[in-house]
Amino acid sequence: MTTIFDVPIQAFLGQLLIGLINGSFYAMLSLGLAIIFGMLKIINFAHGAQYMIGAFAGYLLLATLGIGYWPALILAPIIVGLCSAVIERLALSRLYNLDHLYSLLFTFGLALALEGAFRYFYGSSGQPYAVPKELAGGYNLGFMFLPKYRAWVVLASLVICIASWLLIEKTKLGAYLRAATENPTLVRTFGINVPLLLTFTYGMGAALAGLAGMLAAPIYQVSPLMGSNLIIVVFAVVVVGGMGSILGAIITGYMLGILEGLTKVFYPEASNIVIFVIMAIMLLVRPAGLMGRDA
Amino acid sequence: MNSQVNVTPTTKRPLLRLETVLILIGVAALALAPFYFYPIFLMKVLCFALFACAFNLLLGYTGILSFGHAAFFGGAAYFTAHAVKEWGLPPELGILVGVAGAAFLGLIIGFLAIRRQGIYSTMITLALSQMFFFFCLQAPFTHGEDGIQNVPRGHLLGFIDLQEPLYMYFFVLSVFLAGMLLIWRVINSPYGMILRSIRENENRAISLGYSVSRYKLGAFVMSAALAGLAGGLKALVFQFATLTDVSWQMSGEVVLMTLLGGIGTLVGPIFGAALVTSLGNYFATSELPVTLVTGIIFMVCVLVFRRGMIGELYASRLGKKLERRAED
Repeated sequence: MTTIFDVPIQAFLGQLLIGLINGSFYAMLSLGLAIIFGMLKIINFAHGAQYMIGAFAGYLLLATLGIGYWPALILAPIIVGLCSAVIERLALSRLYNLDHLYSLLFTFGLALALEGAFRYFYGSSGQPYAVPKELAGGYNLGFMFLPKYRAWVVLASLVICIASWLLIEKTKLGAYLRAATENPTLVRTFGINVPLLLTFTYGMGAALAGLAGMLAAPIYQVSPLMGSNLIIVVFAVVVVGGMGSILGAIITGYMLGILEGLTKVFYPEASNIVIFVIMAIMLLVRPAGLMGRDA
Repeated sequence: MNSQVNVTPTTKRPLLRLETVLILIGVAALALAPFYFYPIFLMKVLCFALFACAFNLLLGYTGILSFGHAAFFGGAAYFTAHAVKEWGLPPELGILVGVAGAAFLGLIIGFLAIRRQGIYSTMITLALSQMFFFFCLQAPFTHGEDGIQNVPRGHLLGFIDLQEPLYMYFFVLSVFLAGMLLIWRVINSPYGMILRSIRENENRAISLGYSVSRYKLGAFVMSAALAGLAGGLKALVFQFATLTDVSWQMSGEVVLMTLLGGIGTLVGPIFGAALVTSLGNYFATSELPVTLVTGIIFMVCVLVFRRGMIGELYASRLGKKLERRAED
């Protein structure tokens, strides 16, 4: 059997793939967090809950209305985005003038309440969500078996990340967003509706989380707790990437996901904490993060 | 107490006298409480109250929001439990081991966290405490999901049998009061004033020549050590140390206690802790998940009740009147 550093190549590539899948989710989630943070200067603690609701929306659309995977892939993020935009309008927008810690605490409470509510209605155990039949099965690459759905997730997340990055860096809307981040008052004097822009940004960030949740539904089980443990890892990813840096969030997401996968091969005991260790090292060496601007 | 004269306006003196009366009433109530209420529940409240006050030392008086205080609380619970059960140390030394461990953790986490400011440092504390959680999940001495069970309470100073609930209660009460006294002393010292100035305006404190990071780290370690004191006590009270106490939900709970009671008030977190603990007990038996309830309270509190119970009292007409009378 072929081996790399005394590890069978199948195990090595298998963990690499798992790392890549996890990294895709880290990238999508930290991207949404970075967008929301860059614009609203709030840390969206509810991001994990929004991810979970994305998955639940897909599950419920199928279970109650019989709406399948592909339409749900569009509908679930829209549902999550709209609900979140409403919450932003009704509650979060009242907290912008206060210390940032209040918005953090609000979203934390929101996350707890949503998680509790879903646990109340659906229990703590996971619900399975079938892989769509177009993506069932896999490719035999000779040296390993690659499930089609996993390849799709990696591809989809890459497309989503690049598209979001282009939207913010290359379009007029993105230019408004960036300008409003730099100086909201000045942008308002140009007649641009900044509060609406904020609502849109929050909704979009949440929709990204919902989309990630929908993509995750067939891989992980749909459970109320699926987001809460993920979100803290994603926080660490965001710190490593540099707060508010979109490109930093994407690159770090993939990188740390793969690194975590590799740690599982070589030193499984440390796989849970490797991302946090890297965060600590990053803080010692370069506190602003990989691509952060301010020191 | 000479140092206090320099920083506290002399007009506050009569208010202090009023506060002394209130504090005496409070202590008397706590001393009588175990004869009317279930002692274990009261001890739980006291442990969490001390924990919340320790947390408030950092949030309310230094302006650092830590979302990782469970690491110090739960970590100390593990250290104390291990020291008492495996090494056979007496309870007072066991708690000391817990406090030292928590202070050490506070030194590491605090050192990293204060390299960034505001919400950045909050995220760092959260991530590092989660790392500690995973460490506790896997380290052999914590016994993973089982936790450290059947921790002996032992004999305090060799002759007071803490297995007796009433003795244990008064031991917890005295440790709690000593902790509160220490916190009160710190926040009213020149050191505490510098911490407050950092909370109000960090840049100005720097320009006045204070090495802000050293003060922040000092406050962080002190807060961690006091949280550890509460955690070590809790391990002895329940004779049990588990993963629940190091989880991020616990870090959130202590934030809620402080917020409900009043951020930056000395006694607010005590009331917050009592309320949250009672709610937890009440909803533990009901169908409704506790997280749903605490989440909703959190949101409502942030939106309309930011000053907390004691903070609202200070801001209310009654509080103003008391203050005015104190100033006359």
